[in-house]
Amino acid sequence: MTVLNMVEAINLALKQEMKKNKEIIILGEDVGIDGGVFRVTEGLLKLYPGRVFDTPLAESAIVGTSIGLACAGFKPVAEIQFEGFMLCAFDQIVNHAARIRNRSRGRFTCPMVIRSPIGGGIKALEHHSDSPETYYIHTPGIKVVIPSTPYDAKGLMISAMRDPDPVIFFEPKRLYRAIKQEVPDKEYNIPLGKARMVQEGTDVTVISYGATVRECEQAAELLKGHVSIEIIDLRTLSPLDTETIIKSVKKTGRVVIAHEAQRTLGMAAEIATRIQEQALLYLKAPIERVTGYDIIVPLPKLEDYYFVDEKRIAEAIEKVMNF
Amino acid sequence: MIKKIQSFTIERIEILNEKGEVDKKLFPKLSDKQVLEIYRWMCITRIFDAKAVNLQRTGRLGTYASMLGQEATIIGSAYALRKQDWLFPSFRYSGGMLLRGIPMDKLYSYWGGDERGAKPPENVNVFPLCITVGEQPLHATGFAWGLKLKKQNAVVLTDFGDGATSTGDLNEALNFAGVFQAPVIFLCQNNQYAISLPVRKQTAAKTLAQKAIAAGIKGVQVDGNDIFAVYKATQDAIADALKGRPTFIEAYTYRISDHTTSDDAAKYRNEKEVKEWQKKDPLQRVKIYLEKKKLWNEKKETELQKECEAIVDKAVKSYEAIPRAPREDIFKYTIAGGVA
Ligand SMILES: Cc1ncc(C[n+]2csc(CCOP(=O)(O)OP(=O)(O)O)c2C)c(N)n1
Repeated sequence: MTVLNMVEAINLALKQEMKKNKEIIILGEDVGIDGGVFRVTEGLLKLYPGRVFDTPLAESAIVGTSIGLACAGFKPVAEIQFEGFMLCAFDQIVNHAARIRNRSRGRFTCPMVIRSPIGGGIKALEHHSDSPETYYIHTPGIKVVIPSTPYDAKGLMISAMRDPDPVIFFEPKRLYRAIKQEVPDKEYNIPLGKARMVQEGTDVTVISYGATVRECEQAAELLKGHVSIEIIDLRTLSPLDTETIIKSVKKTGRVVIAHEAQRTLGMAAEIATRIQEQALLYLKAPIERVTGYDIIVPLPKLEDYYFVDEKRIAEAIEKVMNF
Repeated sequence: MIKKIQSFTIERIEILNEKGEVDKKLFPKLSDKQVLEIYRWMCITRIFDAKAVNLQRTGRLGTYASMLGQEATIIGSAYALRKQDWLFPSFRYSGGMLLRGIPMDKLYSYWGGDERGAKPPENVNVFPLCITVGEQPLHATGFAWGLKLKKQNAVVLTDFGDGATSTGDLNEALNFAGVFQAPVIFLCQNNQYAISLPVRKQTAAKTLAQKAIAAGIKGVQVDGNDIFAVYKATQDAIADALKGRPTFIEAYTYRISDHTTSDDAAKYRNEKEVKEWQKKDPLQRVKIYLEKKKLWNEKKETELQKECEAIVDKAVKSYEAIPRAPREDIFKYTIAGGVA
């Protein structure tokens, strides 16, 4: 066990898995000598020369050539420097990475990982604070993962690298160095598609993922002693762990879903729909969503107005409790 | 049979050398007064820039991209534009934005993370700067195309870095500009690095100017630390653009500073290289040139520094006095009429 932050935990996962699987190669902007702008790939070029590539500045090419490399038998782990620039590769992801298996009826597949930081809260420039996960969740043929702790980050990253299909691995950038946690030195994996029970409770189910999980925990802290709160961290957004959600809802009958992404067609919309399909009669109150607004994420001076904080989550919890 | 059916050359323009000497034959039409004005803008740019880095370091500004070392490229091109021309800048062209009329306090406020700072005044032909690399040249091309369709006597200049030349969008822009004969000027600030990636790893091409060739438009390289070469190349490009001939100018320069205030260039380049480029300082050259012409002396230099510092200090005061926007502001501009 070593106490690590999320950057170090992902770095360790990459290091260990690269040792084990010689087919893994890392590519992206500034991932080599610079170790990535967030230092997630720090030291890998030295350890594995010839397997870590600084690419020209072209996201579409990074993902497009990763597809080719994957089909040729490699396991590319591509870094996209910020989520906003992943849209430059959107066509390659949606039209190709997600479809090669289906298009070739299984003859070709492109198991690969696309890593990218996500979300706001680091007082960054435009396009550096967005939460675009819905675009990818909406796309069949790819998996979408987003850890909220260093421990999960390592285990999920290892699973992502062992998955037979393309996985988008979002790293909540404001958590990169914000939390430290004991992380096993040995390798371990956390299965994709399985949520984590953060804490158990009986009055209300709070569902979240990524950076917002922390605010959910803080909200629960605020209401400690008044409300018994169950918190679920989804960890994988696609495929979604519906089973864990439904089981919890049947127990509590009240639901709050929180995420930083914009509201319309956000993760919460899908979850709420699944709940009403499978547990409608267990509900004691309408499902509450606490999300970003349907606006462009503001620049740093006003970004705090946009973000979901523990107060908004606590209010939503009280609202479902008092319905 | 094999026949040679095309061949290409790339020219490089140099006018002002490090000793302050000029190539008289190539010297553009510029009065002494104009040269002094250009030098003043270069000084303003440098002081604005140093202040921005300083403000960021003390938590009074957001992430900022410094122009240090690239002032000749930025001011030489912006100064050549005429009143009616347009600018679609990258994030490393703040000095040019100021020259073209963006108020300094507004620009600081933008870099300070205030959306309102991105709104150009009504009569200023400057677009908000673009953060995504290599993307606004397409907008510049479309805008230029539109100017041409409207038969207006105006051109568009857009700048970007060496890294941008690897993007699809930039190459698509060059191609469209050629096909539609858009009056647009592509100014590539080749500052040798895209964050940590040196230009030799960005492309196998010997020059970036030759990126223009495949698009069928003119490509030229200039000494980007030579204000007169940049000015002349831009002026020539304006004349050509008005005839429907876009130009790609590669300004060969160097980023003396870190990539941005969140970067540490020591991780990927050596100090020796930086020192070599410091000898080619674009301001120093103009200063020596002016001194040789007896147009400049230390006293004038001190006065100018003082004047520029006062301008910058005043802008910083004004920026820091701007009250925070109300919460409603974030909902106002998403779509016409705003969202609730
Ligand atoms: C499409 C896109 N990808 C990645 C980035 C992150 N990024 C910001 S600047 C930069 C390097 C740009 O290099 P260059 O084009 O040479 O311009 P310079 O910064 O040197 O002026 C990168 C990779 C971005 N802003 N946009």
